[in-house]
Amino acid sequence: MSLNSPSRPDPRYSLPALLAPASLAKLVLIGVIVLVLAGLFAWAGGWLSPGKLDQTRIIDTFQDVNGPHPGFRRNHAKGVCLVGAFESNGAGARLSRALVFKLGSVPVIGRFALAGGMPMTADGPAAVRSMALQFDLPNGEMWRTGMNDIPVFPFKDTSAFYAQLATGLPDPKTGKPDPEAMKRFAAAHPDFVKAFALIRSKPFSSGFANAPYNGLNAFLLTDAGGKVTPVRWSMVPVDAFEPQPASAPADKNYLFDALAARVQKAPAQWHLILTVGQPGDPTNDATLPWPDGREQVDAGLLNVTRITSEAEGNCRDINFDPLVLPSGIAGSDDPLLAARSAAYSTSFNRREGEPKIPSAVQVPGGK
Amino acid sequence: MTPHFTLLSRVLHWLMAVLILAMLFIGVAMVSSLSDYHRLVSIHKPIGALILVLVAIRLINRLLHPPPPLPAGMPAILRFAAHASHWLLYALMVALPLVGWGMLSAGGYPINLVGSFHLPPILPHSSALYALLRPAHTLLAYLLFATFLVHLGAALAHAFLFKDGVFESMTR
Repeated sequence: MSLNSPSRPDPRYSLPALLAPASLAKLVLIGVIVLVLAGLFAWAGGWLSPGKLDQTRIIDTFQDVNGPHPGFRRNHAKGVCLVGAFESNGAGARLSRALVFKLGSVPVIGRFALAGGMPMTADGPAAVRSMALQFDLPNGEMWRTGMNDIPVFPFKDTSAFYAQLATGLPDPKTGKPDPEAMKRFAAAHPDFVKAFALIRSKPFSSGFANAPYNGLNAFLLTDAGGKVTPVRWSMVPVDAFEPQPASAPADKNYLFDALAARVQKAPAQWHLILTVGQPGDPTNDATLPWPDGREQVDAGLLNVTRITSEAEGNCRDINFDPLVLPSGIAGSDDPLLAARSAAYSTSFNRREGEPKIPSAVQVPGGK
Repeated sequence: MTPHFTLLSRVLHWLMAVLILAMLFIGVAMVSSLSDYHRLVSIHKPIGALILVLVAIRLINRLLHPPPPLPAGMPAILRFAAHASHWLLYALMVALPLVGWGMLSAGGYPINLVGSFHLPPILPHSSALYALLRPAHTLLAYLLFATFLVHLGAALAHAFLFKDGVFESMTR
């Protein structure tokens, strides 16, 4: 090589040399190696298995069922933001080394919402209500959780969740959902039927402020010594339970308006209750309640001091991924946690890039 | 004996080759996996931070120990392709972790690495910035994978077709 003059190109790089039969065979082999790697990449990215149940398909199906609502969450679409603080009493520190359980106060932002993918829907007695929270820990860690006012989750895994969602898809023949689809789903999912009966057996409260919100999925707490404890958590309201009115008021936003008025008067409060699981309590199936009588640790008080409309940079632009957790709290083996994390992320990626219109609930003076 | 890269250059090259290839596959797999999304994101972030540190060391090392010259007889067009593709690789090795870090910052996400150790945000929480950077991260990753394939094809061509010592300068 050193014999070659820099000014004269070496013939080994010339086209005729590369097109000689022996070289051509090697060239083809190199091409095959490169193509195989590209193929593996496509396989890893799911392009070779169209139609598999992934986060894209779940979010697409939400859009197909609810219609396009750009800029809004694909589920729990209608909501308002909350601002407050969590006053930890230190009792949770026995179970978890997470800073949020140390005695003291941490700021909280969050969101109250109605389950479902319609951002302009009217409030009603049947809608499931949710509370999503972000605890900002003093060292910069975050704890995010999304909770619902139902005692158990109706679906035990992703395929059951998806199958039920898909019963809302319009039938290509009629343009409307098949009324028999839900019956077929129920017949095929006895866990759903049992969980749904349990959900219906407990009356819903009259509003957001006196509703309990349950984390539903199990999580694992790790204490300072490394001991791991399975828990389910709940926000239990201080406001007394009142049953729902016999008929829904005419105001389309009566639940949210009542919440804003309630917080305007004084902070609304919830106790953070950690229910401690025992060996054998299911951590991977949120359709099953844990037995009564499990130890409950009151870890402190959530004070919601302000309700505001969704806007740039507030709760609107937070993905309440339930696996955003501080050290000392981890997800359990519940398959829905990973699926929620994945699907929320896809919904977030889409809505953040879409044009925004004002949310249904505009809180007076609340920005 | 042909000139070759220093030991540190070779170690950095092969270590980063493994990490970057793993990251590209983890990245493309996690966005279409319901069951493994979180697990994969949790390793994607610390490896991305590690790559950013390694590429900084690598660029400094490259300034201190320039690579061996290309064979004298290599035609100008191939020399240009070699230099351009290498600088593109370096640019993407720097850009991808930075865009990832910036995108998580703009999305309001915590940037957890290991345990309670996390990075501070480098951009404000902003839907517009997130909407710009999130797709940019994907596009740059595809570009990096494509550039890697070209790099691999060229390396194999040097090894088996040209037999000009370029491949060996990085393997021994």
